[in-house]
Amino acid sequence: MIEMTQVSKTFGGARPAVDDLSLSIAAGEFVVLIGSSGSGKSTLLRMINRLVEPDRGEILVNGVDIRRQRPEDLRRRMGYAIQSIGLFPHWTVAQNIGTVPRLLKWTKARIDARVDELLALLHLDPAEFRHRYPHQLSGGQQQRVGVARALAADPDVLLMDEPFGALDPVTRGALQEELLRIHALSGKTVVLVTHDIDEALQLGSHIVLMNQGRIVQQGRPLDLLRRPANAFVHDFVGRTEIGLRLLALDRVAGRLRPNEAAVGEPISADLSLREALSTFVARRVDRLPVVDDQGRPAGALFFSDLLERQL
Amino acid sequence: MSRVQSALALSLLALIVLTGWLPHAGPAFALLFPDRDRLIYRQDDFADLILAHLAIVGASSLLAALLGSGVALAATRRWGLAFRPLLETLLAVSQALPPVAVLAVATPLIGFGPLPALIALFLYGLLPIAQGMLAGLDSVPEGAREVARGLGMTPAQTLWQVELPLAAPVVLAGLRTSVTINIGTAALASTVGVKTLGLPIIIGLSGFNTPYVLQGAVLVGLLALTVDLAFAALSEPLGRWRAPQPSPGEPTLAGAD
Amino acid sequence: MTWRAPVPGALALGTLISLWSLPFVRFAPNRLLTGDGLAWWRAPLGLGHWAALLPCGLLLLAWRAQSRATRVVGLPAAALWLVALPWLAGMAARQMAPEVDGLARVSLGAGFWLSWGLMALLLGELLREAAWPVWRRVLLWVGVLLALLAELSGGALDHLSLLREYANHQDAFNLAFGQHVQLVALSVAPAALLGASLGLLAARRSRVQGALFAVLNLIQTLPSIALFGLLVAPLAWLGEHVPGLGIAGIGMAPGILALTLYSLLPMTRGTLAGLQQVPAAAVDAARGMGMGSWQILWQVELPLALPVFLTGLRITAVQAVGLAEVAALIGAGGFGAIMFQGLLGSAIDLVLLGVIPVVALAIAVDLLFKLIIAGVARHD
Repeated sequence: MIEMTQVSKTFGGARPAVDDLSLSIAAGEFVVLIGSSGSGKSTLLRMINRLVEPDRGEILVNGVDIRRQRPEDLRRRMGYAIQSIGLFPHWTVAQNIGTVPRLLKWTKARIDARVDELLALLHLDPAEFRHRYPHQLSGGQQQRVGVARALAADPDVLLMDEPFGALDPVTRGALQEELLRIHALSGKTVVLVTHDIDEALQLGSHIVLMNQGRIVQQGRPLDLLRRPANAFVHDFVGRTEIGLRLLALDRVAGRLRPNEAAVGEPISADLSLREALSTFVARRVDRLPVVDDQGRPAGALFFSDLLERQL
Repeated sequence: MSRVQSALALSLLALIVLTGWLPHAGPAFALLFPDRDRLIYRQDDFADLILAHLAIVGASSLLAALLGSGVALAATRRWGLAFRPLLETLLAVSQALPPVAVLAVATPLIGFGPLPALIALFLYGLLPIAQGMLAGLDSVPEGAREVARGLGMTPAQTLWQVELPLAAPVVLAGLRTSVTINIGTAALASTVGVKTLGLPIIIGLSGFNTPYVLQGAVLVGLLALTVDLAFAALSEPLGRWRAPQPSPGEPTLAGAD
Repeated sequence: MTWRAPVPGALALGTLISLWSLPFVRFAPNRLLTGDGLAWWRAPLGLGHWAALLPCGLLLLAWRAQSRATRVVGLPAAALWLVALPWLAGMAARQMAPEVDGLARVSLGAGFWLSWGLMALLLGELLREAAWPVWRRVLLWVGVLLALLAELSGGALDHLSLLREYANHQDAFNLAFGQHVQLVALSVAPAALLGASLGLLAARRSRVQGALFAVLNLIQTLPSIALFGLLVAPLAWLGEHVPGLGIAGIGMAPGILALTLYSLLPMTRGTLAGLQQVPAAAVDAARGMGMGSWQILWQVELPLALPVFLTGLRITAVQAVGLAEVAALIGAGGFGAIMFQGLLGSAIDLVLLGVIPVVALAIAVDLLFKLIIAGVARHD
């Protein structure tokens, strides 16, 4: 889908922002670019839609060199979302979402229908929100509109630069779930930039850890936690919290014993093991009853099973 | 009608009524100034003076708006960015220049009549407009520009659909300042015989005829107020997308002279 | 082949074009005639013609040279031009009209003013690019200013009509200076006190704010000539009916009153803005430590609001210096009297005699307040 070969970019300073970097992104993948500030992750993202032109190297999207396309046409085929300030304050929600379809000269009826469809997809009531201005929305609602706008023209690729950076933890969590749902539903390729390792582990199917313009390690979330390539990765994924983060990657459903039972308030099979651990400790028990998403008893989770298959 | 709109209607009504009534206001002025015989300014028709005043202000402000905003726009584009500090220096230095000084210098150089006044008003009018355009474009959030590019807008689309609409309230405030200043300076142009509402004031002052001064001053004041309110009414819908800002000390940019 | 420095290049080019296409000086047989323009190369400058090499050099420099070269060569060249050009014009005037009390007049042409102004901008631009500390930049400008003053007091410019006009009107000039300063000082000082009180009131009682600023904005919207005119009638009435006051419809009093009214808006706005930008946390902390409301005002709010208040005062004072120019129409005197006299007589030199000091005064007031504000801000 996206092939980057030996790209480099140096801004004013002596040190390159992106240094001789190659990266291949498969279609349908949810790729998270992560690193501390100044690692070059945003620059890399912005090269994909030519907001930044590389000094050297080439980038292919669907096998075509992006330099052979007009930047505007390229960008209209890719969704783009940044922190919540990115909404146009002088346009209503509907106008904001319809930006790219209008640039692509869709008919008004088609744009209207698409706006309503997207608002519904992001759990915003079209009748209530269509005509609001951004300043009349909460931060979370603004960001939902930002995501809807990025999705508007049904792009193959979604580029997101710290889209949830300015949100409070609860709202951020809800939107992350939302994004995962949309990704699963649409099968779009997503490239997301963040500096938050928990966000990266939760969202990414493929994580690219960057430092000083180069890729330090890439792979599935589990690979980074289990087999950090060096001390830098080990530090970045959090030395003392690796165990907890591993638990966060798995769900109760994968570890429960179906034919067992336990007493007490049941937990959902959809819960992460990290949350289950917290429940064990809080209740001072070593087994928990589990119910499935319809609320039917599904079995029990044993404390000792948290360790299984992890070594 | 909003408050601004009703104030505008009231001010416009007062201007029209007064213009119609003043020629017949001899008895009223006789009460105020009992020992005088020439009480009402009759060398020109007041309505004519208002129209002449508006014509000279309108023409100069229109030209100034076109050139001033064009120059400021150029100094914010990537290819003209190098000239921006120079423009800012010019604008800062010109703060020290009273508008009437431009008129006073232009007249002996160009000659008497409306042309030097027109040129002086045009030149001084450039300053607030360019300033407003710079400030307006600066007020556009960087995120909006960035996202416009990222979504695939061309530079022209970004300018017309995002930057200019967002800058519009501030740009209009600059135009408002420019026009308000020009209305005052145009009145001063009557000192060199240009036909504006300043004539009754100047003739009254030089002939110690206080009624003339009063008639001219009231009309000039009302005209300035009406035009200012018209701009306020015009800018109301432009900012409807903004969160309400409850600070009456801030948004007024009208200047004296 | 690209321009290394487009802005200095454009300014140097503009200097050369205005020098070549516009009259450098004008010669008139007497002061009532406009006179004929003399281009740079026709003016009797002798070897001084070679001074045109300075902008030529700056043009070349801007085209190819590195920034270090512009600093070492460009800055002195631009500064030299600013000092040399008036001296050359003065020399030309001495050649063409040798008798100081004769009828013939030599005045400065548009070519002089434009090429001098553009070079001043060029010097400013070079200084900005050099990124010198402020004191070094100020030092250079002060140096240029002192050299110009030396030319002025040394008599090198005495033969120019502007200086002859000054010599003829010296008494009026000194009187106007006194009146102008008086107009500004006597209006800005009460406006500062009143505006500070009104600003404080507006900050404390937000309900007053709307009405207060509606009135102040209304005054500010009135053209100065209208406000002066509106004050003439009531003050004349007062003067007639209360003779002891020494007030009349025209003269200093209405001028001061009108300027005070104009100054109220920026002063009140500056005070309110100053108080509003005081961090709420600071006031809260003061209250939490047990300060009373007066203590909070004097020890916390006013010191923190001072820089913004002083900025309001600076804007007000600069505005008043310019507005006072118009007050001459109602007999308040000041430099406006000289300017309007020149305007009515179509005598550009007399106009400049009434305008240049006002601009200089405005710049001086502006700089003075900026220095004070910088000093106050340093103590924070």
